[in-house]
Amino acid sequence: MAGPGQTVDPDALLPRLRIAARPFLRNRAFVVGAVLFGAIVLATLATPLLTDRGPNALAIRDRFQPPSLAFPLGTDNLGRDMLARVLWGARLSLMIGLSVVLINGVFGVLLGAIAGYYSRLDNILMRVADALMAFPAVLLAIGIAAALGPSAMTAVVALSVVYVPRTARVVRASVIVVRELDFVQAARAGGATDARILRRHILPNCMAPLIVQLSFVFAYAVLSEAVLSFLGLGASPTVPSWGIMISEGRTYLREAPWLTIVPGVAIAITALGLNLLGDGLRDVLDPRMKVEQG
Amino acid sequence: MIGYTINRLLQAIPVLLLVSLFAFGIIYLIPGDAATVIGGPTATAADLEQIRRNLGLDKPLHVQIATFYINLFQGDLGRSLLLGIPVTEALVDRSPITIGIAIYSLAITIVFGLVTGVVAALNHNTWIDQAATLFALIGVSLPNFWLALVMIVLFSVYLGWLPTGGYIPFSQDPVGWLRTATMPAVALALLQAGLLTRITRSTMLEVLGQDYIRTARAKGLPEWQVIGVHALANVMMPVITVLGLILSVLLSGSIIIETIFGIPGIGALMGNAIMSRDYPMVQGGLFFITAALMLLNIVIDVLYTWLDPRVRVGRAD
Repeated sequence: MAGPGQTVDPDALLPRLRIAARPFLRNRAFVVGAVLFGAIVLATLATPLLTDRGPNALAIRDRFQPPSLAFPLGTDNLGRDMLARVLWGARLSLMIGLSVVLINGVFGVLLGAIAGYYSRLDNILMRVADALMAFPAVLLAIGIAAALGPSAMTAVVALSVVYVPRTARVVRASVIVVRELDFVQAARAGGATDARILRRHILPNCMAPLIVQLSFVFAYAVLSEAVLSFLGLGASPTVPSWGIMISEGRTYLREAPWLTIVPGVAIAITALGLNLLGDGLRDVLDPRMKVEQG
Repeated sequence: MIGYTINRLLQAIPVLLLVSLFAFGIIYLIPGDAATVIGGPTATAADLEQIRRNLGLDKPLHVQIATFYINLFQGDLGRSLLLGIPVTEALVDRSPITIGIAIYSLAITIVFGLVTGVVAALNHNTWIDQAATLFALIGVSLPNFWLALVMIVLFSVYLGWLPTGGYIPFSQDPVGWLRTATMPAVALALLQAGLLTRITRSTMLEVLGQDYIRTARAKGLPEWQVIGVHALANVMMPVITVLGLILSVLLSGSIIIETIFGIPGIGALMGNAIMSRDYPMVQGGLFFITAALMLLNIVIDVLYTWLDPRVRVGRAD
């Protein structure tokens, strides 16, 4: 595990992982983002330890309980435990976000690489991307979801259609730059196939902007999923989605504002964590972008 | 300049055709039979037949597309199933309300984003900078519809300063308009204000390090002039480039915000259309809003070239 062993430099004696991790750990945005997002992920995994009540367990006698020791986040109009509901909502949000990120990773890379590498296909693919990106992001997602009918799957599909062109653009931009570099020309001269050049030489050098982009896509996906489910276009109301919780809490804004406030804070913590993570990743992995966007 | 404008308009045509095709295609995403979905569970066979005939779903696909484009070029986006009036008419009628609030919201965004961004950059690495950066980050991480509801709780329910919703036209009562439009405008401005703060701050930091700023200081200009004239003029450029994005976020946000506050603009029109499966309205609205944004983006780009002669020649994009 140790680095080159012959030197007295203590840095080199550290395990490689720690050396690799150091710039990240020194970046405050990354650390805070990782802590916030990590807390949400952990809470999702540890849901059974944090609450023994189900997200849909009714207790009419306990309805509209403000936050207390027995119910840390209060209860809703049907006496359901808000803590359990928020935690199960986190699971749904993260699953949808992660699915959108994975689809973006696969199709964004595929389409971006093809567009960036084959200039003949570039024009067609990018005009289609232009058209999809001309729609305001959330508006297009809402339109697609309205047609497909409400479900968690719908949210994933709608958000993927919206964000894949944007990810493909990012990948394409870096492929175009790397494509012209000497080592790619050398690989080509050496007789490597297009697929091999893309896979072995070009794409590994396009990872930094992609990873940064995907962390922002994750944040957007969590926020947009909340919009979709708030409008009744996301997961079915039986699953406690954060957007649905806010929408249901709306009716009781006067009597029980925590029904609305709690899920919103959960969304904000998740999105803030992911945005900070993205900022941190960008600063460390891709310092050139820092000046332009950060 | 004129050549550039014409060029941009010509480039927009294929994209616009694709946009219209996508907007048109939305209805084919409906799983199963579109007429059954639109008619709902109570529709009779005759109702379904009527819906199919009205939407042209009984004709072959190529005829449907041809009809769609022939109508589109005549400004006809079909008829709203819910309102029974032409989609174009509904959209044009409701536009002024949404545009009014969008301008209000844009003004809040620009003033807030610019001031916070510039102040943060001038106080680089102090607590002021950190507070502004944090605020901007929170701005881009909060769901705006949630903020709208929290504002209603705070300003309407507890403090009773503003009405919980409703809309009073500006022409009728400007003060009433302000009272009804302020919370929606602020809720809509939040995200973009955060975005603009971040962009302004980083641009300002970059500009402050430039030679001409040092020159301006060296020749003894007062600080307000260095910042207010020399620096700010260059900070404005990236602001103009993100205007298109800001407007796009503003318009899509209006669907949910107008629905929450009960403002009868395009957003609420779309929101209602979506909930009541009024697909011609959804298709038309998608196309109308996107086409309007594309046009705005071209205006912004032209404005940009007009303001910055450097990009007049050899634009990369």
